Amino acid sequence: MKRAAPVRSGQAFVGAAPRPAAGRVRLFVAATAAITLSSLSLAADIPLNERRSSYEAMSAASKAMQDDDSANPATLWVLDGEALWRAGAGAAGRACADCHGEAPQSMHAVAARYPAYDAKRQTPVDLEGRINICRVEQQQAAALRPESKELLALTAYLARQSRGLPIESNDDRLAPSIEAGRQLFQRRQGQLSLACAHCHDDHWGEKLAGISVPQGHPTGYPLYRLEWQGLGSLQRRLRNCMIGMRAESYAFGSLEFIALETYLMWRARGMPMESPAVRP
Amino acid sequence: MARALIKVSPNPKRGEVIEIKTLISHEMETGFRHTNTGTAIPRDIITTFVATYNGEEIFAAQLFPAIAANPFITFYTIAKESGTLEFRWTGDNGYTASEQVKIAVE
Repeated sequence: MKRAAPVRSGQAFVGAAPRPAAGRVRLFVAATAAITLSSLSLAADIPLNERRSSYEAMSAASKAMQDDDSANPATLWVLDGEALWRAGAGAAGRACADCHGEAPQSMHAVAARYPAYDAKRQTPVDLEGRINICRVEQQQAAALRPESKELLALTAYLARQSRGLPIESNDDRLAPSIEAGRQLFQRRQGQLSLACAHCHDDHWGEKLAGISVPQGHPTGYPLYRLEWQGLGSLQRRLRNCMIGMRAESYAFGSLEFIALETYLMWRARGMPMESPAVRP
Repeated sequence: MARALIKVSPNPKRGEVIEIKTLISHEMETGFRHTNTGTAIPRDIITTFVATYNGEEIFAAQLFPAIAANPFITFYTIAKESGTLEFRWTGDNGYTASEQVKIAVE
């Protein structure tokens, strides 16, 4: 029987030749050790002045698409959202505009501070959640389905009113949720045993399958992803990442997702909103 | 909630080459996909796009299943006279949409 060749670092992914079993075991041990070692440095936040929106890593064509409202497909949702804002709904027959007036004034900078603390429920509520609370309580209409065209349209219209404004996260009542979100962000999960932080805090800017790993700042949601050929919320994006980690995703609107959103907005505090953005 | 977005300079100079940008909301379902239960999702795409300038055809395109959702088509023409640019999209299942833009040539 052939003896197992010694495994040197850097050899792991070279060549497709079958390796003796012992070599494979050693490789596995080496890989596990590498991940364990790298996790010692986990929990270091990205310095504020080194934070980057993934807009900067996009191609000139994608940037131009985001910047020009007539080329940005998300504008289609924004216009639908404006129509919904003015349309009466539910048993009350009231439109958003009947209470809130003109969105460019009343909703100015609102999306930039969401998820926000709801004193009545004593929990943070994200923008989608707030729209549905308003629908159920004020309009007496059915809540809109997560990722439905209507909910995305209203969210996009509201988020558009904060474009270019800095993300705000300075409500002390959000602190427990931010901390819960941080725990989730740093917790290993899924069959790959990865935490969000492994990629987005420790290895941003490096390549994953030929694509640059972003820092993961939620500056542009809801956004038009070319891969989706449609608009999607931050929770859809988080779900995407969790499936990639081979973890079971949280449910739309769950406390875990809201905590993650609250943490991510705190992490991106001060960065300008780009909603609705375009991403590849 | 189908709608189209058109961007064109409203007051071009006579003889100027102007850029016309059109974006329309459409699923562009390829016909090659299946649902989770294995049923084929029927094709539903825009098949033709025609632009006219005061009734004269200035640009036309045929679209196929490989075109992404929400087709974005840009093209150029020469601003000859004031008038109306009309855009018409037609597709599967009797789909039609049209949009008009007026331009005043200086």
